[in-house]
Amino acid sequence: MIAIDRFDEAAFAIMQQAAIDIPEDYRLGIRSMVDGETQDLSSFVLKTMLDNWEAASGDRRPMCADTGLPRYYIKVGNDASIEGGFVALERALRHATARATQEVPLRPNRVHPLWRTDSNNNVGINAPEVEWSFEPNVDWVDVTTVHKGGLFGTDYRMLFPGDGIDGIKRFYLDTLVAFGKRGLCCQPAIIGVGLGGSKDTCMQLGKQAACLRTVGDRNPDSKIADLELELKDMANNIGMGPMGFVGSSMAVDCHIEVGYTHTGGMPISVHTFCLSSRRATARVHADGKIEYRTDPRWFTPYMRRDTVDWSAS
Amino acid sequence: MSELKQVRLSLPATAEDIATLEPGTIVFLDGVVYTAREGVYQKVIAERKPLPIKLDGLSNVNFHCSPAASRNDDGSFNVGGVTATASFRFSKWMQDWLELTGTRIVIGKGGMPRDDYKNILAPMGAVYLTTVGYGTGALLGRGITKVRDVFWLDELGIAQAMWLFEVENFGPFIVDSDLKGNSLFATHGDQINKGLGALYKGLKAPALRRYGETDNREDEVL
Ligand code: SF4
Repeated sequence: MIAIDRFDEAAFAIMQQAAIDIPEDYRLGIRSMVDGETQDLSSFVLKTMLDNWEAASGDRRPMCADTGLPRYYIKVGNDASIEGGFVALERALRHATARATQEVPLRPNRVHPLWRTDSNNNVGINAPEVEWSFEPNVDWVDVTTVHKGGLFGTDYRMLFPGDGIDGIKRFYLDTLVAFGKRGLCCQPAIIGVGLGGSKDTCMQLGKQAACLRTVGDRNPDSKIADLELELKDMANNIGMGPMGFVGSSMAVDCHIEVGYTHTGGMPISVHTFCLSSRRATARVHADGKIEYRTDPRWFTPYMRRDTVDWSAS
Repeated sequence: MSELKQVRLSLPATAEDIATLEPGTIVFLDGVVYTAREGVYQKVIAERKPLPIKLDGLSNVNFHCSPAASRNDDGSFNVGGVTATASFRFSKWMQDWLELTGTRIVIGKGGMPRDDYKNILAPMGAVYLTTVGYGTGALLGRGITKVRDVFWLDELGIAQAMWLFEVENFGPFIVDSDLKGNSLFATHGDQINKGLGALYKGLKAPALRRYGETDNREDEVL
């Protein structure tokens, strides 16, 4: 049984870490883009971002004042048990969010969509979102937080099987050009593409592909992996850099996730995880020990299974 | 990168200083900067509430942003970072606001529509600076030495309240528009647009088009 106060501690610590320390995979990705960027202004922006992350880590202040929408992804080991159960864990996550808002501090970003009421703690109806997944044969719980920029860079479209890869590429370009102009999506981004599923699954997969996989990670299906690299290059050949200036830095990486979909359709979603790609994960072990990292390791073989049964191997 | 021009301005900025700013120049600021966005514009322009403080002689720089701030127990503020918010949404208020406050530098994210520079900002002697990145919250947070005042905090909340910041070596910012109404964003956009046709070449259009869809890739999304 994992004591509930372990989750209070872990959920707060990752909120703080995500807000302040840029994940190393993303930082190295941007650093290598500086060398490839021949345009003065675009390379100035990238270098300034590197300075910004240093200032954030050095001063222990948030890297971006726009908190985005802080949220949690939880992966529960099938053999884990939590003191007070899942309701207690959800309560711990809401507490940690309110505490981080005050103590980091994070800008209170969450308001009611109609009445614009703000409880000044990033907590409200359906906020923070908590998404759940499971993992066989283990007794730990992984708690991941993501603070994704909220307003720009995401779109969805119902394509049809006949639209094929061309349709995917066109929609991908449409989205990147539209949101890349003037840099509204704060590129270079980790781009997530969701393909298939139902509409909501399609959105969810694309978002998770952007936010829960690290720079350099490839889809285990080799043809999808090739398409990831092709789309990444395509983004960097638009002719656009950070802030929509002339340049060649649009995508730090591109990740694709798929879900079985309606036989007549091929829904697609595109998401961009911005220059403040904030994510952090804590693994809470059965004995209460907590380990921190920046790779969420969300897409396990179990998550991507296509069989009826799952046999533990 | 070494070719980019850099300047440091004391605030309130003089007309002469503003006249020297060219699109693409990197700028750092010293003095007092205030924040105002839809909440403040709505109050002052639409509801005709008086400005809570006389800005003339104090600050002529309007930053479209909101801070990551929290109130300490002693009533003081802890400002972690500041990040700009997209400015094009405030276009409709700009003319009245500049006239009312004497503001000459507008700072934000992403610039304003090109026509606003020609028709509103430049004729008023005002220019637009953009933040960099845009996620340079920590660097900008470092540049804020003190919260000088905050108005309408309870009514409008932290994000929308009117903040007055004392700043030092506050930046970097990049000049988008100059006094002739030129825009760096627009110039770069034009250049990128020229290459877009080639990108789509050979990719067949989807079977079903979307209502309201346009194929003109030069349309401004703003
Ligand atoms: S998109 Fe990201 S980097 Fe840009 S302002 Fe939002 S959170 Fe910050």
